[in-house]
Amino acid sequence: MTRSTILLGTRKGLIAYHRNNGRWQVENLSFEGQPVSIAYADPRNGTWWACLDHGHWGVKLHRSSDRGNQWTELPSPAYPEGEEVKDGVPAATRYIWSMAHGGTKQRARLWLGTDPGGLFMSTDGGDSFRLVESLWRHPSRKTNWMGGGRDQPGIHSIVVDPRDEDHVHIGISCAGVFETVDAGLSWQVRNNGLKAEFLPDPDTNIGHDPHILVAAPTNPDILWQQNHCGIFRSVDGAQTWQDVSQPEGPARFGFAIAVADDDPDQAWVAPADSDMVRTAIKGALCICRTDDGGKSWKEYRKGLPQQNCFDIVYRHALAAAGDTLVFGTTTGNLFFSPDRGESWQTINNYLPMIYSVQFAD
Amino acid sequence: MPTVKFTYALRRFFPTLRDTPASGRTLKEVLTEMDQVYPGVKTYLLDEQGRLRQHVNIFIDGTIIKDRTLLSDPFPETGEIYIMQALSGG
Repeated sequence: MTRSTILLGTRKGLIAYHRNNGRWQVENLSFEGQPVSIAYADPRNGTWWACLDHGHWGVKLHRSSDRGNQWTELPSPAYPEGEEVKDGVPAATRYIWSMAHGGTKQRARLWLGTDPGGLFMSTDGGDSFRLVESLWRHPSRKTNWMGGGRDQPGIHSIVVDPRDEDHVHIGISCAGVFETVDAGLSWQVRNNGLKAEFLPDPDTNIGHDPHILVAAPTNPDILWQQNHCGIFRSVDGAQTWQDVSQPEGPARFGFAIAVADDDPDQAWVAPADSDMVRTAIKGALCICRTDDGGKSWKEYRKGLPQQNCFDIVYRHALAAAGDTLVFGTTTGNLFFSPDRGESWQTINNYLPMIYSVQFAD
Repeated sequence: MPTVKFTYALRRFFPTLRDTPASGRTLKEVLTEMDQVYPGVKTYLLDEQGRLRQHVNIFIDGTIIKDRTLLSDPFPETGEIYIMQALSGG
């Protein structure tokens, strides 16, 4: 389905683009100068959310019911007194790294994923959030979770099953994929088949680095992840994972992945040079698409910079809706595709570093 | 009675901030008092475990406090407590 709004979380504010007569124009700029780790539009009610990462004043959460004209600050997710990341390291919210609504039956439910590794749930539409204790108390957390992308462990992916909203997969860097079937009362580890080449035992049960985890809207048992060690796909609800990367790339290392909302076998990634370099490969930007569940990948470059380019795409900064795609880069470029990624148009070359991109109504 | 002074940077979020007399005997009490005058300001200065945020500084009569965790630094009865931001970031 085509969408007419793009929400951006950037290093210098929340920016909303709206499409009028085929042209993308800035509709709203909020929190100018402030880092917005996630800009999120709740599709159930049109509420916009801004997760702020004030350098000085901590993490803040704001909500708008009128497309960003007015915002209300709400209590940020807070770790209970005395909680620790590790023994002797007090736990405090350092970053909100993911946000998801709880589904159309649980209309007041919202989820937040944070650094340092706590998952939070709201049952009152976001007026308050509480730590999901069962995950925080998971016996692996203090001993086997570690930083990845950030200094401390963080939850960057929350995937709610639309068929059963108590069924949720989350992605943790670094720990891996965890699943609950009882709305967060208990958790199972779902890392079978993943590789963690940065660990002494790449086949470890816990310690993986899924950069982002997504599910196919038309078949939520098909999940995809752009992992630190490749692209992985599951066709059995994350029970097992298969590596679907190109062995020699470019579809291999990167941060973002998007899956088509009408085809569980079609997905896009934004390749980056290896974890040692982390720039566009050979100075040129491309998007790769598979139409066959990852058996093969095609590169698309039309309209994207092909020289002297250093952009990479962060994990929340690639989105798909129907035939349209959009992605934002670390150097503030925003690109739009009307044809499933085969060609690209520049929306803006002069934005701040882009952390999150979402299509909205 | 000490006076609490705030960096101008906080006025973006708390437009009514001004030099404010305090009656608390400890820094913790003073900040709680300030939160009653300016609801929410404490969460901008301290994290949920009560520690001074990494990029916030408090000066007492021009001297930076030592205890950022328990906020136990004493201050004179007529002292000035400055709440500042560190000049970091970009």
